[in-house]
Formats: sequence, structure tokens, C-alpha cells
Amino acid sequence: MDGTILLFLLQDGITNGAIYALLGIALVLVFAVTRVIFIPQGEFVAFGALTYSLLEAGRLPGTVWLLVGFGVAAFVSDLAAMRRAGPSLRRLAVAAVSDLVIPGLLALVAARVAGRGLGAGAHFALTVALITPLGPLLYKIAFRPIAAASVLTLLIASVGVHLALVGLGLVFFGAEGLRAPAVSDLMVNVGPLLVTGQSIAVYVVTLVAIVALWLFFERTLWGKALRATAVNGLGARLVGIRTSFSGTLAFALAAGVGAVSGILVAPMTTIYYDTGFLIGLKGFVAAIIGGLASHPATALAALAVGAVESFAAFFASDMKEIVVFSLILPVLVWRSLTATHVEEED
Amino acid sequence: MNPRLLLAGFTAVLVLIPLVPGVPVFWITLLGNVGLAALVAMGLVLLTGVGGMTSFGQAAFCGFGAYATAVATTTWGWNPWMALPLSLAVSGGAAVVLGLLTVRLSGHFLPLGTIAWGLALYYLFGNLDILGRHDGISGIPPLSIASHPLTDPRAVHWPIWIAVILAGIATTHLLDSRVGRAIRALRRGRLAAEAFGIDASTTKLIVFVHAALLAGLSGWLYAHVQRTVTQTPFGLNAGIEYLFMAVVGGSGRVWGAVVGAGLVTLLKEVLQRVVPAVVGTGVQLESVVFGIVLVALLQVAREGLWPHLAALLPARPRSAPDPAEALPRRTIDTGRRTPLLVLEGARKQYGGLTAVNDVSFRVGRGEIVALIGPNGAGKSTTFNLITGVTRLTAGRVSFDGAEISGTGPQAIARRGIARTFQHVKLDPDMTVLENVALGAHLRGHAGVVSAMLRLDRRDEARLLAEAAEQVRRVGLGDHMMKPAGSLALGQQRVVEIARALAMDPELLLLDEPAAGLRHFEKGALADLLRRLRAEGVSVLLVEHDMGFVMGLTDHIVVLDFGTKIAEGPPDVIRTHPAVLEAYLGGAA
Amino acid sequence: MSDVLLELADVSVAYGKVQAVRGVSLTVKSGEIVTVIGANGAGKSTLLNATMGALAATGSARFAGRDLARLGVEERVALGLCLVPERRELFSTMSVEDNLVLGGFRVPKAEARRVLAEVYDRFPRLRERRDQTAGTMSGGERQMLAMGRALMSRPKLLMLDEPSLGLAPRIVADIFRIIADLRATGVAILLVEQNARAALAAADRAHVMELGEVTVSGAAADLARDERIAQSYLGLH
Repeated sequence: MDGTILLFLLQDGITNGAIYALLGIALVLVFAVTRVIFIPQGEFVAFGALTYSLLEAGRLPGTVWLLVGFGVAAFVSDLAAMRRAGPSLRRLAVAAVSDLVIPGLLALVAARVAGRGLGAGAHFALTVALITPLGPLLYKIAFRPIAAASVLTLLIASVGVHLALVGLGLVFFGAEGLRAPAVSDLMVNVGPLLVTGQSIAVYVVTLVAIVALWLFFERTLWGKALRATAVNGLGARLVGIRTSFSGTLAFALAAGVGAVSGILVAPMTTIYYDTGFLIGLKGFVAAIIGGLASHPATALAALAVGAVESFAAFFASDMKEIVVFSLILPVLVWRSLTATHVEEED
Repeated sequence: MNPRLLLAGFTAVLVLIPLVPGVPVFWITLLGNVGLAALVAMGLVLLTGVGGMTSFGQAAFCGFGAYATAVATTTWGWNPWMALPLSLAVSGGAAVVLGLLTVRLSGHFLPLGTIAWGLALYYLFGNLDILGRHDGISGIPPLSIASHPLTDPRAVHWPIWIAVILAGIATTHLLDSRVGRAIRALRRGRLAAEAFGIDASTTKLIVFVHAALLAGLSGWLYAHVQRTVTQTPFGLNAGIEYLFMAVVGGSGRVWGAVVGAGLVTLLKEVLQRVVPAVVGTGVQLESVVFGIVLVALLQVAREGLWPHLAALLPARPRSAPDPAEALPRRTIDTGRRTPLLVLEGARKQYGGLTAVNDVSFRVGRGEIVALIGPNGAGKSTTFNLITGVTRLTAGRVSFDGAEISGTGPQAIARRGIARTFQHVKLDPDMTVLENVALGAHLRGHAGVVSAMLRLDRRDEARLLAEAAEQVRRVGLGDHMMKPAGSLALGQQRVVEIARALAMDPELLLLDEPAAGLRHFEKGALADLLRRLRAEGVSVLLVEHDMGFVMGLTDHIVVLDFGTKIAEGPPDVIRTHPAVLEAYLGGAA
Repeated sequence: MSDVLLELADVSVAYGKVQAVRGVSLTVKSGEIVTVIGANGAGKSTLLNATMGALAATGSARFAGRDLARLGVEERVALGLCLVPERRELFSTMSVEDNLVLGGFRVPKAEARRVLAEVYDRFPRLRERRDQTAGTMSGGERQMLAMGRALMSRPKLLMLDEPSLGLAPRIVADIFRIIADLRATGVAILLVEQNARAALAAADRAHVMELGEVTVSGAAADLARDERIAQSYLGLH
């Protein structure tokens, strides 16, 4: 195999890897803060891609119905929580705004904007705006009521959410596959490689997102609060950081990152309502290799996964998935052996 | 009502259903699907609820079973019945390989591992030429009995349900045996189980393989019912469905798996046929409803539905075991003078923190020694060093002249050292008797096969009689058949002591045995320990209650900040200035 | 004239079937230091955790005139009730400064900056190590950090769970000096301790707990001379 093909495969791998990196980081973030292994992250990516593609095609995306529907369900969940903690007008108002008013407004904006041909930038912003609230709403509906349950129960709930989302995806997006137009027709020669404008967009946006997240966690109080919850949940509560606050914020970030990943992927390949699962799983592999703990390790692992996938596809395309998923096993064994034994007597 | 009668009635109904005229074939086929699913769900219920391992990949083992028989009967022309052992061997073999990998994964890494190989295998099934790639294998011959092919759903119904019932009985027998106790003990964590000689990894592997064999059996049946095999039913989606059935039925309830399988299969039928007919758009809501129900179930009824149903059945009164031939006892040579347990310079360091600092002491034969000290002094850590739970950083521990430092809890148990735990580690759902019987695990011999075939009854009777003896010995005879979780904490500690005694130990390590006991209970415990001493059993105990310790022990070792600060008989320790200082605290 | 800040009446806490705390009643007035002492396992920590809202309890708990019954941990913090738990629960991978800043999570930004400066004045050792990772500090420093973090939220009542645990005698002396100093700032303190001598020397009033119940109560100075304490601790009945 000559150097050109090697470079070509590497470049392909890194481009995909960048997307897996964002996915993986979102998974690690959610797990660290809420202990939920968030299998449906892939659905956020797929829905983001589909939403963006539909907007670019001048149509109203089904996401608005998801948003409003989840909003209603989350409001019911908030009402149930209020019944336990004692009713208060302030809590009711806050819930109504976050669950009903904001989704409703976003739906209206989308309805006005769709078909007006406002350009990729506006569609990018609108897609992120539509998908991001889905995170906290899902958290309220499915995970907050069992927040204290074991990681396993949360994982099973995660699987349940995944099943529901795939089904809803079919209902609201239909069975057709969609692909968005490339962000630019730019083609740049870098040595023997031909780098497309789309790839450059992927690298740039991914880097910006990673840096932005890093700044958020290092420099802002809310970011530190999230880190604190991940490090010591009880300690966080003792300084007044509400568990539901951390959960909501973590899920919002994950959904936002998912939406961005989706928009990046949309022009690169045809996305269907159920493509999210496989993409999510690859980000998942990266997160596991990173120990479900470290963001930099996850990002690097993601690049590796992208590269492995690229090479496997070239040499034995049938075995591509088998290779990628089998990768997890030795890593899991290693992680399991080196993880501290939790059951010690105190 | 006797559960056996219930089971017989259930079996009778199932046998008769196909014979009743007018029952639509559709229902029989559905029932057949329920049966096939119930087999897999049963294994999964065992795996998750009893073994504590959640697997998303059970469907892959169905695949092994199905493909094995498909290849054997089509390509090699085997008789389907002959292919059954092959299907089981293939699923079992695959389970051993995957199990060796999977059971070593701890906590949530385990289900993640099952997702990984579940996916990899699904793609593998769809990519091998010998398995027909994406088209699969078709033209599989049906089962036949005396040259009558069982192609009619009514006919196939019987092999399926006979398999389910036999599997259920065998699994129930397995759980109600020595091996079954070991499996159930693992659910609460490895520490207690290993302290009584149970090999956690092997036991988990047994459960894993058992579940895989049930799934393989289901796959074999599936292949000869459907007569076509493709990769579709063996992927992650199916795996999730089976898990759903186990959750609905209630993890840990063998017959709950049948309920779960039935409900979920019925739900699928309703969603796939009824809803689109009503809604009219061909919209597939199956996935959505499944997901919603699963999430709702976890919030509302986490233990599944079976416990609610089981509560409707009258409880079977359980009686204490009949006396049986006694188990062989260890002979303790009370004449020997050399010390039984010796610690020399034992040290445990965690990074910069020295938890145990060069502690040395000995426990003589037929002695009761106490290890005391204020909170955080390193007593429990020292205990863990002796019992092999924690590794020594330096120093050595010897028992009966032989070095035991560095050996694990199971090896230490085999030498005749039994222990209790500071935080009680009993299974609250098992009876007191069963918990104590766990202690006698090493004194029994019955394995998996004899358990399932009920050939272990004599061995079991002796184990249970021994356990009953120990329960009476510690004064809890009246509570023998109650669930251990219903006893007061102090009594639970005494149950732990009975469990330790069931091992027939030479050295007893007790971690805060008197905590939570009332005054007269402490007196009874002290009497028990004195009697044990007279029989030659040595005791090392960690305690806070100075009154209890002073009146009972021969020798006291005092720790503070991980270091031994005093040692001697009770009279000396009682007035030792360093001891008083350590306990009441230095003046600020 | 000091008013009652914390009022516990007939509080009981159960772990499953075990009664860890049985019918405990006590009060803490503003500006005073009350200590609860007792041997290991007496239920002292459980009492504090229940007061903070981390454990379910029966009986009545009122703070600053409000019923605490339905308030979660985070809401009680906002009211001015703060706990430094037995295990400190620091954010061990984050810096000293981050830990302190997070302590002021609920405090308006400008005020938080001011309080941070005050905390650094009180604990100069923390200022020296402001960028150090919390998990790498010594036991005494961690205890100071935990207390500093708790002070960041301007508590009216500070609850300390065994501040001397695992610390060398000299550090214990430092900690108790800081506790005595805190009184001057107007913070009331509820102190749970195994080290009876140090606790009784620092406190105004004291209660002794045994097997979940309060057995002896009175002025700290009186109890310091009382033989019953030694008996209770050493289990010599």
C-alpha cells in the first residue's frame, strides 16, 4: 500500500474521528455528571442532521413536534415532582416557561423560518436551538425521577429512551434518507491530498467546540459546578448545587454538541432516522477507551477509532463493524482490572 | 396451595390447549413464540436477577444454537434431534469463551461488554459464507417423531413447552442447592462469598453458561419451527427485548420469565397488528411504546411484575430441616502450644497514608484476643490484611506455622479461618438457615449437574442439618426460617457468627460482633465465645465495647493511628494511660 | 439576647430496621457552640446528616423559624445551614481556589469575592496553596479547606462532623483554635466529636449520645468534670 492511500485513509479517518470525538466527549460528560450511559446521544446527532437537511431543503422539520410533545411530557413530570416537594407558584412558572413556553416559541420561529431560504448560518443556529432543549426535557422525563438509581438501571432506561426516540424519529421524520448540501465547494490541495471545504469545516468546528467546552469547564462557575458534581455528588449538594441543575445542564450540553455533530455529518453522508445508533456506538467505543472519564483521552481514542474504521473499510469492508466493536473488549477488560475495587470495607 | 400443584396444573393446561377444538392456530403459534422467548428470558432472569450480571447479548447465543443446527441439518444432513447436542455444545462453548472475558468485568463494564460482543457477533453472523451471509439458511427440516414431521404449530407446541417446563424445573432446582446459594450470595458482592470459599469467577461463569445453554436450546427449536434462519433475530434489538421481558417478569424469578415473555410477546402482537389497523397509517409505534413502557416500569415498578403476582399466591410454609447424618468435624489438637496466628511487622500503605504501621501480635490456640482502638485506628484494615481482602505492603501473616500473607480469601477460608463483617453481609431475602448454610459451602460436594437432577438431596440434608445446628447453637432457633432481613441488626450479627461457625473453623475473626446487641444478648454471646474457647476454637475480635471485651478476653491489643500502643491482659489495659489518652482524646 | 437558630424536637432516624437516632431534642442559639459527644456508633453523624437533609427523619426540625421538613439539602444550604461532613467531601481533583469558589455557589458574585478574601485571611495556609489540587493536601489542610468552603456560603449555623478525625494532636489544637475564633464572627456551631476533652473545652453547652439517645446534657464545663463521660465512652457500666 503506498503513501498516498495511507494518507488518504488517515485523513478520512480523522474527519470521521473528529465527529466521534464530539460524540464521545458528550457521552463522558453526561456519564460523569449523572451516571447515565447515554446511548441515545446518536439520536441527537441523527435528528440534528435531519433537521438541518430539512431546513436546507426548505421544509419544516418534524423536530418541532418532538420539542412540543416532550415539553408537555416534561411539564407533567415537573408537576409530579412539585406534588412531592410542595407546590409553589415560582416553581410552576419556571416549569411552564422551560417546558411549554420556550419549546412553543421555538416551534413558531421554526415555522416562520422554514422555506424562507435564510441560508446555512441561520439554519445551523435554528437546528441547534431546536435540538438543545430536547436534552433537558428528556432528562426530566426519563432520568431525573430515577436519578438515585444504579448505573445499570439508568443504562436500561437509556436503552428505553433510545427505542422510543428511534420510533418517534420514524414517525416525525419519515423513512427517507436525507443529505444536506456541502457547506462550500472549496477544494484545497495539501500535498497529495485533496481536502474539501466540508472537511475543513469539520476540523474547525470541532476544534472550536472542544476549546469552548474546555473554557466553559475551566473558567465559568457553572462549568466548575458540573465538574464538581462529577467529582463528588454529595459535596456538590452540600454547597448548594442542585442535582437537577447539573443534570439539566449536562444534558443540554450533550444535546447541543449532538446537534453540531449532526450538522457536520449531514453533508457527508445520507442520514436516516435510525442511523444515529451506529454513529453513537462509535463515539461510545471512543468514550469507553477513554475510561468514561477523561475528555482528552476520549478525543484521541475517537481519532483512533476513525482511523481503524477507515483502514478496516479499505481492507475488508464487511468486517468493518466487527473490528470496531471488538475493539471495546480488550479495553473493557483492562479498564475493569485497573479500576479501584469499590466493595472495600470502610 | 402447593406450588408443585400449581406447576402441575399449569403443565396440564399447556398440554391440553392444542387439543381443544376451535382454538385458532394463531393463538397456538403465539404461544409457541412465548415459549421460545421464555427459555431465553429464563436464562436472562437468572443472569441478571440472581447472578447480578446484565447482558444485552443473549440473542447471540440463540444465534449460535440456530445456526449450528441449520448448518448441520442442511449441509451435513443430520437428523435434527442429533443436532441438539451440537447446538448446545456450540452455544455452551461460545459462552465459556465469552464468559471468561465477560465475568471478569466489574460493575457497569459488564453490560457494556455484552453490547460490544453482541454487536460484533450480529455482524459476524451476517458476513460468513457458511451461514449464508445476509440471506441466511433456509430449507431446514422440521423435527419429527417416529417419522411424523412436526410442521403443524399444534404439534410443535409440545416440544417447545416441554422444554420450557423442564428448563424451569432444572433452574429452580439449581437455585435451591449448594451451588444455588453460592450464586445468590454473589449478588450482594464478592467479599462474603469468597470468605467462605466460593470462587466468584467460576460461579458467575456457571450462571453465564447456563443462561447461554437455555438460549441455545431456544435457538435450536426456533430453527426447526421457522425452518429459515437469518441474522435478524439475533442482534441487539432482540437482546434488548429479552432483557425487557426479564425486567417485566421480575429479575430473579424463574417463572416470572414466562410471565414477562408472555406479556411482551402479546404487547408486540398488539402493537404490530392492532395499532396500525386502528391508526391506519402503517405507522410503527412498537419501538416507541416499548421504550416508554420500559422507562415507566423502571420508575414505577422496578422489581418487575412477578413480585406483585407472587404476593397473590399463598406463601408456602417452610419447615426446619430434619436431623440428618452429621458432617465430619475438624479435630482440634488442644494440646499444642505454638501460636495459631502470628502477625509480624504488618504494614499497609496507601500512597502517603500509613493505615497499619508495623503491627505485630499473636493469637494462641484456645485464646480469645481483642483488637481495640478509637475510630480510624486501623483495626478493620488489619482484619482485611489477615483475611486476604487487602494486600500487605510489608510484613507477614502466618497461620499454624504456614505463611498466608498474599493468599486470597478463598485459600484462607480453606485453612479454617472464618470471619464476620463490620457491615453485615447477609442476603436479606434468603432465610437465616440458608445464609448460615452458605458458611458450610466448603463442606459440601454437590455440583451443578447433581443439583439440577436433584441427586444432591443427601448432601444438602447434611449441610442444612449442620446449619440448623449452628443456628440453634447461637440461640436463634426460633428465627431459623425467617428471611434474614427481617431480624434486628444485632441478631443479624449473630447470624453471621453462626455462618462462620458452620465452616467448622479453627480461628474465628469477629468484626464488632457486639455492636447493636442489647445487654443480655451480649451476655449470651460472651457465653458462646467462652464455650468455643473451651472446645479449642481461637477467636480474634475487633470491638468498641470495652465492658464486653474486658470480661471476656485473655489478651488485648490496642491500636491508635495504625500503630500498636499497648498490649496485655485486661487488667493492665484498663488502666493504661496511653489507652485512656487515645480514647478520650488529648486536651486541645 | 440570642435567639434560637436550630431546634430539633424528638428527632429519630432509622436505617431500614435499625434505629440509629432515637428521640433526640436539642437547640442551638445564635453565637453559641454546642457539642454532641459520644463513642463511635452513637449516632452523632447520623443526627447531623439528618439535620442537613441527607437522611430521612421523623420528628421536627426548625431552622431560623422555618420548618425544614420538605426542604432538600440544597435548600437548607440556601437558608444558612451548612455541614462539613466526616469525610469532608472535597472536590479532590480541583484546586483549592475552585473548591472555595464553589462553596460560594449560592452567593452573589461580588459578595463571594469579598468572602473569599476573608476566608484566605482566616486560613493563610489555603492562600499559599490556592492552586494546589485538593486531593494532594495533608489531612489538616483538607479539614481547613472543608471549613473554608463551608464558610463561603455565609452560614448562620455551621455543623462540624468530627473535625479532629484522623488528625495529629497538634493539628487538632489548631483546628479547635479556629473553631473558637469563629464564634467571634457570629456563626453558631454544632460540633460532633469523639475527642471529648477538646470538644468540651471549646463548647458552651454539651450533650452526650449513646446508642442513638442523649443521655447527659449540660454546660460543657460541668460535663468536663463529670465521671459519667468516661464511663459512657469506655463502656464500663
